[in-house]
Amino acid sequence: MNSDPIAVEARGAKESQVLARVERARRRKAVVREERITLAHGAGGRATRTLIDAVFLEAFGNPLLAPLEDGATLPLDGARAVFTTDSYVVSPLFFPGGDIGDLAVNGTVNDLAVCGARPLYLSAGFILEEGFPVADLRRITASMSAAARAAGVSIVTGDTKVVQRGKADGCYVTTSGVGLLERPSAPSLTAARPGDAVVVSGPIGDHGAAIMLARGEFGIESGLRSDTAPLHDVVATLLDAVPGQVRTLRDATRGGVATILNEVATAARVAVVVEEDAVPVRPEVTGVCELLGIDPLYVACEGRFVAVVAGECAGRAVEALRGHPLGEDAAVIGTIKDDPPGLVLLRTAFGGTRIVDVLVGDPLPRIC
Amino acid sequence: MRFVDEYRDAAAARALAARIASRCEPGREYKFMEVCGGHTHTIYKHGLEDHLPPAVTLVHGPGCPVCVIPMGRVDDAIHIARRPDVIMTSFGDMMRVPGGEGSFLDAKAEGADIRMVYSPLDALKIARENPDRNVVFMGIGFETTTPSTAMTVLRAAEEGVGNFSVFCNHVLIIPAIKAILDSPDLRLDGFVGPGHVSAVIGCEPYRFIAEEHGKPLVVAGFEPLDILQSVDMLLAQVGEGRSVVENQYARVVPWEGNRIALEAIGKVMRVRPHFEWRGLGFISHSALEMSDEYAAFDAERIFDVPGARIADPKSCQCGEVLKGVLKPWECKVFGTACTPETPIGTCMVSSEGACAAYYNFGRFSRERVREATRA
Repeated sequence: MNSDPIAVEARGAKESQVLARVERARRRKAVVREERITLAHGAGGRATRTLIDAVFLEAFGNPLLAPLEDGATLPLDGARAVFTTDSYVVSPLFFPGGDIGDLAVNGTVNDLAVCGARPLYLSAGFILEEGFPVADLRRITASMSAAARAAGVSIVTGDTKVVQRGKADGCYVTTSGVGLLERPSAPSLTAARPGDAVVVSGPIGDHGAAIMLARGEFGIESGLRSDTAPLHDVVATLLDAVPGQVRTLRDATRGGVATILNEVATAARVAVVVEEDAVPVRPEVTGVCELLGIDPLYVACEGRFVAVVAGECAGRAVEALRGHPLGEDAAVIGTIKDDPPGLVLLRTAFGGTRIVDVLVGDPLPRIC
Repeated sequence: MRFVDEYRDAAAARALAARIASRCEPGREYKFMEVCGGHTHTIYKHGLEDHLPPAVTLVHGPGCPVCVIPMGRVDDAIHIARRPDVIMTSFGDMMRVPGGEGSFLDAKAEGADIRMVYSPLDALKIARENPDRNVVFMGIGFETTTPSTAMTVLRAAEEGVGNFSVFCNHVLIIPAIKAILDSPDLRLDGFVGPGHVSAVIGCEPYRFIAEEHGKPLVVAGFEPLDILQSVDMLLAQVGEGRSVVENQYARVVPWEGNRIALEAIGKVMRVRPHFEWRGLGFISHSALEMSDEYAAFDAERIFDVPGARIADPKSCQCGEVLKGVLKPWECKVFGTACTPETPIGTCMVSSEGACAAYYNFGRFSRERVREATRA
């Protein structure tokens, strides 16, 4: 046994072959093997993607749905409308920094905003459990109303259903939204290219960490608050600061920044290289994640987005974002490379390299 | 973050890496096994191998609690969990571990009441809140988690909680290391010893490894600098021709261990004559069961347990991976038939499993990445 360079190289070549085979296996058509839905199917990771590909796309597949952006862009009589929908099942319903109501409005507003659209109209559907306090429902609708006002949208249609006690957990909300694309170019998942910069609009993981603590299962006290906020205005600031240079925009909700970056790497067939030291994370969030063995890169945000911008515009983009109250801590966290395509790599603060992969299951269900 | 960042400092890592490289004799290869899954996780999470010279290889050992659970024990636990009067409680890691007939997650989707807990005390709380149900805690892990299970049983006895019991799968680290040392396929130069386990059992039990087998062992902490420093200490021993037990993790691990924890375990549990380990087969005196005095808290005696014995799937090479004979990617089904999403073997399930750690964190060619980022 010795470190003969030829032997080392042969071993490396064999490992590379195995890795290439693994990547081919990962690109194979998704198959749902489970006979029943498990919580992993709702986690936003690989199981969710498999379910979408093998069940929903299989049944509904059409050119508008196929890109799987946060919303669909509809050519309507000369105008370009964006249409999106989202359901909210967060537990607890009320948490530091917000509740299911403003979450439901902001979430859908943000899905429209990151498609490059100006949000206009929302619908609201409620599934209520028998016995749910009307006072709580009023609290939820009041914060929805305030959030809609703040985002400049109107809730113009809705629906109510009540199910027997025990058949739902208090209150679920579904919102759909319509907005208009007014700029010539819209960001897209496939547009990232080598040399681009990856930007986040602020510290990550506040929402997920705040919800975990609000459940009271860990007995940890902290001042952490959800970051839920409407992003249409800060997004517009960015799009105006570097017109036509924002390739990709996504709000980093379920699955966090890591999940978004994996979507970018897969859709654009590029590598994403992230510098761990550059990622803004509040010390409280780092602490909670350390205790629970979770990586902040996977923790949900409800008021942060990831933008891929042309490399030469990165400085201007961050400067513009930092001038907006919702982008004060914006930072460049990484770059787009050409190789190895489909992978998100992290340069760790320790000076090493590792993959940031898609999550399989959810360490923390019902975050939004 | 204070008390953490100090142990993740890149400059200190580079300095240690240089010393490690300087200790390697040209033309010689060094293989050290990190026994503990927590170390495996740290190594991959921080990209620690980037700091090691090609001559130093870390071999991942059997110390991942979830990875060593044989399929039959999962089936037995699911058998108990399916009873309508039972609430099964388990650490999250265990939820996706495949048995012969699916995992806890599958059984839960089919209607079994299986709940994730963060500590056995949470399970005891569920028992207090559900006096008409039998609450079973799936006890897994090495001496790291065993004390908390034992303490919880003592608390349950003290409070007279009669509907709480433990399905005990706790295992012992020393017999596992013995099995590794007896494995003819592996040549190791030393061990990075487990940190938390040693905080309980102390450092004395490892003495035979150094004295009878001539292998140095350094008990290591869980931060990346701890592990790098331990590798440096191991290389120093090898270089000087010494083999002793050293404690790098003295800030947490007392040489004599934790007497109170050991007493609690000794009271509540006793050593089994033999226990089946995933991929390693039956190892005598390698696991714990509830003692006679605490039989009332023993799920195996309360419920009718089939005692399923399921052979590992033929394609699965978890045993070889657990013994460090194969690198994860050398397994025939790695990443193709066996993935974190649809694991065949346990090593692909837990974040401490060597295969899952490699798949999730290390699945790339370091040469290719260096090449790409140089441009």
